[in-house]
Amino acid sequence: MSTIKPAPPAALPLRFATPIGGVAGTSFKPEHLPAILEAKPRGGFFEVHAENYMGAGGPPHRALEAIRRDHPLSLHGVCMSIGGPRPLDKAHLARFRGLVARYQPALVSEHLAWSTHETSFFNDLLPLPYTAATLTCVCDHIDQVQEAIRRPLLLENPSTYLAFRESSMHETEFIRAVAERTGCGLLLDVNNVFVSAANHGYSALDYLADFPLSRVEEIHLAGHAEQADDEGDLLLIDSHDGPVADAVWKLYEIVIRRRGPVPTLIEWDSKIPDWPVLQAEAAAAQAILDRHQSAAPAGERHAA
Amino acid sequence: MPPEPGLCFAASFAPALLDPARSTPELVTGPNGKAAGRRYDVYRNNVTVSLIDALAAIYPAVQRITGMDFFRAMARLHVRSKPPTSPLLFEYGRDFPEFIEAYEHAQDMPWLADVARLERAWLDAYHAADAVPLSPARLSAVTPDRLADLVFIPHPAARCLRSNYAAVTIFAANRDDAPVMRIDASTPEDALITRGEFDVAVRRLPPGGAVFAHHLVSGRPLGEAAAAALEAASEFDIAANIAGLIEAGAFTSLCCGDPS
Repeated sequence: MSTIKPAPPAALPLRFATPIGGVAGTSFKPEHLPAILEAKPRGGFFEVHAENYMGAGGPPHRALEAIRRDHPLSLHGVCMSIGGPRPLDKAHLARFRGLVARYQPALVSEHLAWSTHETSFFNDLLPLPYTAATLTCVCDHIDQVQEAIRRPLLLENPSTYLAFRESSMHETEFIRAVAERTGCGLLLDVNNVFVSAANHGYSALDYLADFPLSRVEEIHLAGHAEQADDEGDLLLIDSHDGPVADAVWKLYEIVIRRRGPVPTLIEWDSKIPDWPVLQAEAAAAQAILDRHQSAAPAGERHAA
Repeated sequence: MPPEPGLCFAASFAPALLDPARSTPELVTGPNGKAAGRRYDVYRNNVTVSLIDALAAIYPAVQRITGMDFFRAMARLHVRSKPPTSPLLFEYGRDFPEFIEAYEHAQDMPWLADVARLERAWLDAYHAADAVPLSPARLSAVTPDRLADLVFIPHPAARCLRSNYAAVTIFAANRDDAPVMRIDASTPEDALITRGEFDVAVRRLPPGGAVFAHHLVSGRPLGEAAAAALEAASEFDIAANIAGLIEAGAFTSLCCGDPS
């Protein structure tokens, strides 16, 4: 098993990769590969779940090499368990570092969530309380990831369905503190903001007003589904299985007007449509980005 | 090592995720004092359904054979008793074939576990390390007097499986949506799984072929492998079998066992 070489404390220069600017991208799904390769490159980027490419070889890596030839790549980790109380899985971190080194992605991101406890991997983005103790733990985990990959990580805000009684901070306050302490960038999932706001009864606009937008280097847009909670009230589910809702598009435009254009992903992970449908969603995001291209310099960055 | 104070949330949150008999953890709540039962159930559902889906993705032929309701009921029991231990889902379900073998409602399909073993081997071959398969010309260049001592280096994707049932035919007939003809499940079949230049291929080995392939993949010399295969099946065709294994991409290189 490979180990992570410890970096000297406070000596690590974290540098963002060359910014790709206000470009819309899509989740890469292998079933779309022939259609993507047949069409001329259109300037969008592709995002992949890192874990799907952690096998030794074979068709997944062949597909990723083919995609990467003509398009910027975004590597999106879903299993690092950054929000969990346990030490990070060193073998998993080494695999993640290996993928970053091999594919040199334009964007690298992970979640404010956890998925592993003891020996069980739950394959879901599970929530955490926002307290001084969890803040220290999350920052320590992000430091380890950033030391391993030698660049800043973009941390994604979660969609959640419940709260912890012990939480003592708001989510935006927690995320702001994480970014300030670790120097990480942020991936703002606008659908997650909409879903969580509905589920917890707060205002999505207030959330966005409190969110440290200047640190946002990527945006996610996705579809959600509707259920009901114990009281029969609306409970939104972050399902990634349909088009982006109108209300989420409106929030997105508000974010872009304030932040300026940043890479924006249409995330669609189940009930995957034909490639032209996904492309049309990306084109809608690109149209909003293009409307605001002159509003702010692309690739505005904070000091690391 | 117990977690530090203030970090016990996962230990309280996790146990009920895969255990419907447990109640909603005390530490969670809805907004403004609302109940958290159905809210917590979203996580329970995400975990259980996504892991059943993972098994369905690894074992599509088993699902087609049993039908979706049967498969998902069987997979749900397995997911609850054996959740994944690795975050790499393509590593999940290695003990699912044994689970199927013991599953009381699958006892009238004694070949089903072997079909699952083939599907598991297919996925391992799919993700195995890349390597250039051995060129048939390399074998032609070996002088006859050295053939018996030849040792072959297996391709990382190469696997060989034996079944007392027609597992290869059943597997092949159920990996897509084409109509399935009647299959005599009682014919024993052996499989060679390889990934040549591009995609994974599953071939049925002739009598003696599995013994032969097992010997070669284990690093035994060609002469010894041929003798064992002939003992297993007197009609065994050495030339056709070695050519078939090389053509399938089972090896990456060869060397003469004689160190001189």
